[in-house]
This record gives sequence, structure tokens and C-alpha cells, in this order.
Amino acid sequence: MNRRNGRAALTTDTAMRWASGWFQSRNRTIYTLLIIGALLYPSLMDIVTGGEGNHWIGTAAFAGVFVLLAIGLNTVVGFAGLLDLGYAAFFAIGAYTYGMFASGQLLASPLHHEFHIPFWVMLLVGVFVAACFGIILGAPTLRLRGDYLAIVTLGFGEIVPRLVQYLGAGSPIGNWTGGVNGIAAIDPPKLPIILTGPWFGLGTPFGVVKNFDFFNPLAYPLDFYWLMAILIVVCIVLATNLQNSRIGRAWMAVREDEVAAAASGVNTVAIKLTAFAIGASFAGFAGAFYGAQLSLVSSDNFEFIVSVTILIMVVLGGMGNIPGVIVGALLIYTTQYVVLTNLPDWTTSLATAVGLTGLNQAHGDWVGLHDEVQRLNYLIFGVILVAVMVLRPQGLFPSRVREQELEKGTEEQAVFDLRAEET
Amino acid sequence: MSAAPTGKTPSSPADGIVLQLDQVTKRFGGLTAVDNVSFQIRRGEIFALIGPNGAGKTTLFNTVTGMYKTTSGTIVFQGKDITGLKPYRVAGLGIARTFQQIRLFSYMSALDNIKVGEHHRMRARLWDSLFKTPRARREEREVEAKAMELLKFVGIEDQAYNYARNLPYGHQRRLEIARALATNPSLLLLDEPAAGANPQEKRQLMELVERVRGQGITILLIEHDMKVVMGISDRILVLDYGERIAEGKPQEVRTNPRVIEAYLGKSA
Repeated sequence: MNRRNGRAALTTDTAMRWASGWFQSRNRTIYTLLIIGALLYPSLMDIVTGGEGNHWIGTAAFAGVFVLLAIGLNTVVGFAGLLDLGYAAFFAIGAYTYGMFASGQLLASPLHHEFHIPFWVMLLVGVFVAACFGIILGAPTLRLRGDYLAIVTLGFGEIVPRLVQYLGAGSPIGNWTGGVNGIAAIDPPKLPIILTGPWFGLGTPFGVVKNFDFFNPLAYPLDFYWLMAILIVVCIVLATNLQNSRIGRAWMAVREDEVAAAASGVNTVAIKLTAFAIGASFAGFAGAFYGAQLSLVSSDNFEFIVSVTILIMVVLGGMGNIPGVIVGALLIYTTQYVVLTNLPDWTTSLATAVGLTGLNQAHGDWVGLHDEVQRLNYLIFGVILVAVMVLRPQGLFPSRVREQELEKGTEEQAVFDLRAEET
Repeated sequence: MSAAPTGKTPSSPADGIVLQLDQVTKRFGGLTAVDNVSFQIRRGEIFALIGPNGAGKTTLFNTVTGMYKTTSGTIVFQGKDITGLKPYRVAGLGIARTFQQIRLFSYMSALDNIKVGEHHRMRARLWDSLFKTPRARREEREVEAKAMELLKFVGIEDQAYNYARNLPYGHQRRLEIARALATNPSLLLLDEPAAGANPQEKRQLMELVERVRGQGITILLIEHDMKVVMGISDRILVLDYGERIAEGKPQEVRTNPRVIEAYLGKSA
């Protein structure tokens, strides 16, 4: 739209157009690479592992959950500029909403009835419930600014897992959430019919499967992987639409100058509430999927560290830029849940391979290489984060605040996001 | 329709009073910033508010636009009591303002700055924005065209796609006025629009203010430059220590002994 009307305003500063066109094409390149990567990843993993790629494909689907979460948190932190340190709470709410209404859990509750509502319905219900909680949390707190809001959200992020633990067996109002044990045996997504074929792994025969269950060994975990890919695409489209809409503009206005936004007729409280609700609904969406794929929800999966991890993904990827935060999410997930988790084993094997087996044994104060590396896990993670933020304080692929406009910039002045450099 | 917004059709009584302040007082603790001030602004006039530093001019602006709550008194805009309304409601009713220290959305393009001003008149709901419905697209096109017109109206259309923070100072002032006009106001409050401008820029700005008035928009102006104020205003209200000390046509105010005293001290 912008482009059509803006063309008239185009003048001749080709250098500028070239430079800003680069920012736009950068995002396009990222998306293209991501799509190609997503399409090739399953086959690639099968080849690399010699046909044993399923574990890595399932891991990728879990990484996708964090991509959704990062996209959602980006609307709150990146677009609207509201620091939310308790984002995992909404994730938990989505997951538990699905878990409670798609398992035997509520049989133990005062309702004495099992619910097995289909995944597709609960996906939307999870969105709705999380959004409601976003509003419930936001309504009294969004008058707060900056640090104060961060602290309240931090508290909320702590309360939700505690509450979930408390509402298990023996709580005064009955067992709703399974307490510290969480909820297990959650229903998988189902489809009345699906076509199988090579997209569920090379060698899978073409065929029609009725009453398809996502844990069907024929297709698992590739079916989750593709489902995740589709959900991410949907979320990217929706988030991008929002960013370029009147609401996205109002979010940015509030981020830039709340007083001026109010004076320009923006209902700042309502618009911040919208940001909170939308952000929460992405988390609810991700949570429902997470519960379905893991088939288990437990309060351990929604601790403070998860909120922090998502925030790191957003900041490190490039706040406000959707492709940036997606890359951030994938990189951090890989670092934290793949590299660092396996690092102790890898170093042990490495030590064995180079003949330093002595390092692997514990003796005296030395706990053995494996445990030592495990102890250093967070230190290594911290060093990586510090290094990235020192080298690229603006994030890996920072927002150029709406490249399509800068693409048509006609002034010779710098239009780069200098704020990042000033940090 | 012309390039610029036209004022809303008068909803006020036939006497043509746009804004009426009745014994408005604003206190901050023990300090009375605005003390029992009353005045009326007629439709289509340029009404200036002058006074020495700290006289309470900006406080009065903030009170009118809902940024401060009045301690006492009432503010009536086009026949509607707006005392105590929130800023965005006041803006929605048709009072737009600019700020003494320019407050633009720095990391948004000039065009987007103006579009924010049109936010409250846009009808696209969350659903429309999420799914980019035809209705949202159409509205977005209209808003874009309107914003472009406003940029042309204030004469900075070549800056449309630059970040507001990268605009030269004079253009930022103009952009702020354009953003205020985007809210489709009937009353525009300008807080020292010519501050920091050189004589030529001042002339251009005042010419712009005249053109805005030509669109049927009433203007309430704070300005320090006496030459500017005397040249452009229909009527002037002089504040000193929050109190109204004079009101009238430029010529009357200029020769008013209390005004001279307030500005130059007794010995003058």
C-alpha cells in the first residue's frame, strides 16, 4: 500500500534507495533461507544421522514453540516497548488449558468428568484464555511504566507456576492441575483423514489414513514438525499484518512517546492492553501446541528461566524485527537446549578420542570433565550472550523500523537506526 | 476537498464560542500555576497566550488538553464540558496540540507520525488489522493519502519516509503541526511553534498558522516573540504568575501598563 502511493514521492537518490533496499532484501533473504531450511531440514537430518533423524526433527518442532513465543513477546517488548518478564506464565496458561481439557485430569477435580476437546478447538481456546489473562494482568498494571511494569510481570510469572503446583491433589478447591506431577497423557492432535507420503519421511508409502493420530508411528514426529511450520507461518503473517496496521503504529507511538501518543488521540491504556493480550495469545497458542507434542505439562517447564530465555531470543535476534527474533529464537534454542545440553557428553567423547581419558575421571577436587562442563553450562551461556551483546548491541538482525518506508527515503541524511549504535 | 483538514462543523451555540474557560485554577502543592483564569475563544480566531517565563501558559495548555487535572473551574469545548477528560478523549473531541519541546515519534517515519494522528478516526478493528481485510486495506490507503496531503500542506512531503528524528528542526515543527492536524481538530493549540527558529523560518511558520486558520481551525497560541504575536493574533491574553493581567487586541495589550510592568519590571 505504502509503495503504491509513495511512488509519487520517489525522487532520485539512488544511493539511499540502494542502501535501504538492502535492509528490506535482508529480511527477504532471511525468510527465504528459513523456508528452504525448514523444507530441507528433515531430509538433511535423516541423511546426517543415517536415518535416525526423528529425534532432531522432534527437537525442531519444540524449537518452533519458542519461535512462536519469541514472535509473541516481540509484539509486547519490540513493538509496544513494554518489558514483560513473566511471559512464560501465559505459555503455561495455554499449555495447562489444553492439558486440563484434553486429558483425564479433570476426572480427579470436583467436576468428576473427563474432557477430551479436540486440539484444534483448544488451540483457539488456549489463545482466548491466555489473552484474557493478559488483560487481567494488564488492566491494573499498565498504568505503571518501565521498570515497575517489569517487576509486576516478573511477579506474575512466579505466581502462575506456584499456583499450578498448589492446585494439585489436596488443595482446598480440588485437584485441577495435577500439582507438582503435572498433567500426563494429554490427547494428541487428531485429524479425521490425512494423506501420507514421502513428506513423512522417505519411503513412507502414499496412502490415506483415517482417524489420523499425530503419534501415529508412520508419521511421528514429522507431522508435528509440519504442523508447527504451518502454525509459525500463520503467526508470522498475523504478526506482520498487525505491525503494519493502525494498531502496530499506535504501539510504536506509545513506545516512542506516550504523552504525544495520547495527545494525538491514541487511547494509550487500551492500546497497551491490546499489546499485552495479543502477546499473551501467541503464548497461549504456543502453549497448547507444546502440551500436545510433549503430551505432558508440568510447572517445571514454565519457570522464570523460560521467560528470560524468550526475552533473550527477542533482544539478541533484534527487537521489533520479526525475522530477526525468529533467527534469535532458533539460535538460542539450539545453543541452550542442544549445544549446552550435550556439551558435557561431547567433551567427554572428545577427551576419550584424543586420549585424555584421565580427565573424565573424578579425583580429588576434580569432578570429572563431564560434571565440570555441566557446572559451567550457564557460565558458557552467559559468556556467549555477553559476547553477542558486546559485538552487536542492536541484536543480530535489528529492526530498521519498517524498511519499506526507508526503501523510499529521499533524504541524504542517515536513516539508520542510530539508537542501537548509541547504546 | 482541499489538501488540508477542514474544521468540524460548529456544534457550539450560535455565539461561536469554541473554548470557554471558567475560573480555572491549577495548583501544584503550594504553587498556584494557573490562578482563576477565565476567557473565551471565538471560532476562527487566532488567540495568543503570552506572559513571562513561568507565567503558567504551558500549564494552561496541559490543563485544557487533559494532561493535568484542574484543581477547580470548568473547561467547555464546543458546548461540551471537557474538564477532567483524558487526553485522548480531548484529542478525539477536536482539540489538537503541539509541544514546547518537540515530541515526535522519533523512530517512525514522518508519514507514520501523521498516521498516528488519524488513529482515533480509523474504524479498522483488531480483526481487520490481523487479517488485513479489504476494509483495513482501503482505510489504510485513505489514511496514507490523507497523510501525504498533510505533509504537502505543511511543505515537507519530500521527508515522508524519513525518521522524524532525522528531520531538520524547522521541519520537525511542521511535522508536529501536521500530526496535530491529522486528528481533524477544530481547535489547535500551538506551544511556542516559532521557538528556536530564525526570522525567515518564523515568517514561514506564521504563514502556515494563517493557512491553518484559513481551513476554519481556531488557534490558541503560546509565543514569546512579540513581533510574531502582535502580527498574527486577533486577541491576546496575558498571564503573569498564573493570573490573567490583561486581555484584548494586540494594540490594547501592547500599551497596557500592567503588561509592560510584567515584562520589563517597574522601572520601565
